[in-house]
Amino acid sequence: MSVGDFIRNSQVWKSIFRHPAPRDRRNRVVVMLTNVFLHLHPVSIRKSGIALSYTWCMGGITFFLFLVETVTGVLLMFYYRPTLEHAYNDILALRDVATLGVLREIHRWGAHAMVITIWLHMYRVFLTGSYKPPREFNWGVGVILLVLTLLLSFTGYLLPWDQLAIWAITVGSNMARATPFLGHEGPGSTFLKIGDTPLIHNGSDARFLLLAGRSVGGDTLLRFYVLHCVAIPLAVGLLIAVHFWRVRKDGGISGPL
Amino acid sequence: MWTSITEWESLQTGLAYFYLLCVLLNLGFAFYYFKVEKNLAAAGFWTVVSLAYGALAAGYFAHLGWALPVNIKNGIDYLMGPVIYSLGSVVAFCIVLYWRKFFTNPHVAWGMLNLSILAFGFSVTDKNFFDIVRKPDNVPIPLLIYSVGFFTWLALRRSVLNDQRMARGEAPLEKLEDEKVLVWPDLVYTELLAMIICTIILVAWGLLLKAPLENPATSAKAPNPSKAPWYFLGLQEMLVYYDPWMAGVVLPTMIIVGLIAIPYIDYNKQGNGYYTFSQRPFAIITYLVGFIILWVTLIVLGTVLRGPNWNFFGPFSYWDPHKVDPLNNINVSDIFWLHWFGKSVKGMHWFIRELPGIILVLIYLLVLPPLLAKTIMRSMFIRMGFIRFFVLVTLLQFMACLPIKMLLRWTINLKYIVYLPEFFFNI
Repeated sequence: MSVGDFIRNSQVWKSIFRHPAPRDRRNRVVVMLTNVFLHLHPVSIRKSGIALSYTWCMGGITFFLFLVETVTGVLLMFYYRPTLEHAYNDILALRDVATLGVLREIHRWGAHAMVITIWLHMYRVFLTGSYKPPREFNWGVGVILLVLTLLLSFTGYLLPWDQLAIWAITVGSNMARATPFLGHEGPGSTFLKIGDTPLIHNGSDARFLLLAGRSVGGDTLLRFYVLHCVAIPLAVGLLIAVHFWRVRKDGGISGPL
Repeated sequence: MWTSITEWESLQTGLAYFYLLCVLLNLGFAFYYFKVEKNLAAAGFWTVVSLAYGALAAGYFAHLGWALPVNIKNGIDYLMGPVIYSLGSVVAFCIVLYWRKFFTNPHVAWGMLNLSILAFGFSVTDKNFFDIVRKPDNVPIPLLIYSVGFFTWLALRRSVLNDQRMARGEAPLEKLEDEKVLVWPDLVYTELLAMIICTIILVAWGLLLKAPLENPATSAKAPNPSKAPWYFLGLQEMLVYYDPWMAGVVLPTMIIVGLIAIPYIDYNKQGNGYYTFSQRPFAIITYLVGFIILWVTLIVLGTVLRGPNWNFFGPFSYWDPHKVDPLNNINVSDIFWLHWFGKSVKGMHWFIRELPGIILVLIYLLVLPPLLAKTIMRSMFIRMGFIRFFVLVTLLQFMACLPIKMLLRWTINLKYIVYLPEFFFNI
């Protein structure tokens, strides 16, 4: 008996893979049903639905990049402390000292790439008319995922705490103070007052909520850190589950009827 | 001008390798036509092109100092402005879309790719352009341009082929591969391969290019220009034409709402699950205008052509922080009261002062939709019904906000249609 056969016949191996290797038709079907990751897929699929010239692979790459961002992000969290005292120096250490400092590069370029691939995925879905019934709802889920991806990228932009970061976030978040009614320089905000006391001022408006302060500072860093590492990824994970589930339930990858 | 000789020398070596890559690209293309298509003329032509790239590479390896002539650079800088840039992209967009059959021909598309490569290669010989392009966080921009360009070509090409097939009564190409295959191995192996390739690309990119890290953050000294991350530069560009509450809040919200609404307002049942243009021209043109013209080209504009104080700079000009663009923009109230009636708007009650502008906005939002339903969009109105039609027209109106304001700014220097600083309500 060869070593390979010994391993494949052992109780340990069989407890993990409950059937022989997917070499014949039956086991190629069974493998898709007995593996939690593979069972995201259907068992069989229309040939046109997996042609690269049709799908461009962009949705899959976007999901893969999300996984890359998660893994590299978790590893970076071991190094990085979101405080005014440490944030910049931790990034410096990642650049100059840390053994796997390249993780930061992978994380950043992966994020840029993910923004592009999610746009291209949406572009493909539109140009093939794949948002049409019965997939209307899933298109909407996808739009929310796109917005969340941009927010993930935006919140992450602040974390290195260098000039590039703080001013990009300042420019971006300045918009929030012009929110109609809810920003202190937004139209209609002057109407919201009790007696002569304005409800919306620069210490209570939408921008203050976003920044946890009147300008980008230490509390903003913490807020963006929590949003970037916990809150938004959780929301994205949940919506990805819905998105994939609905792809299956709405008839799989689109194709001509 | 190149102040550092070593930088200019190393750029030339870099360009030499870049053109060597172009030699390989064109040789591969020629080989495909030689081997697969058996088209000797095409194979010969692209081999000659690759030889030309070889000559370029040799010149740069020898450090002959080939650069874009100053006259050409000055000419482009002189001509380039927001008007030429925006109108130029619209005209190019219309030409490509109208003659899509010609432009999606692989040889034409490949020729355009080569031209853009040459334009890019010669542009980076300019120090000012090079400094913009080589910023690490600007690297996604060429990636965006080329990937959007490629996939637009691919989609239009397949649309043209499908439209020709369907005009002959045949099924679209996607229908030809209708049989089912097992996901293991046909899909999982593709996915595995895609993951490996992506990992290799990301690791190589990470090793070759350092992530940017500037000086520690300080609120005391703002960089000039202060730019948002590149994917928001289209929105930042809108700030030239609208106040933050419109450009930063209302219009982005309308983009999101509008995108979600698309499946519910598109009543066209055709074109579900295959590439086509002629079966749904309205939907595709609208989306392409939104994505290509109003999103991608504005991002490129914001990245490459906007410098200190958000002034416009030609691609090869020096970002002079002291450049002053004289602004003599006027509001609708000035035009109406001052120019037409000779009355000063000072001291006028805000409602009277802004009434002309308010009426214009109300006409745009409330009178135009029913007018369109009665006239040129009548057939759409009948097929879509009341709610769908008005949602569609309102969304299109918000989409048209930006081009309308651009045109008004360029032609009559219009600043605000409604100017109510009392309530932060400027349109």
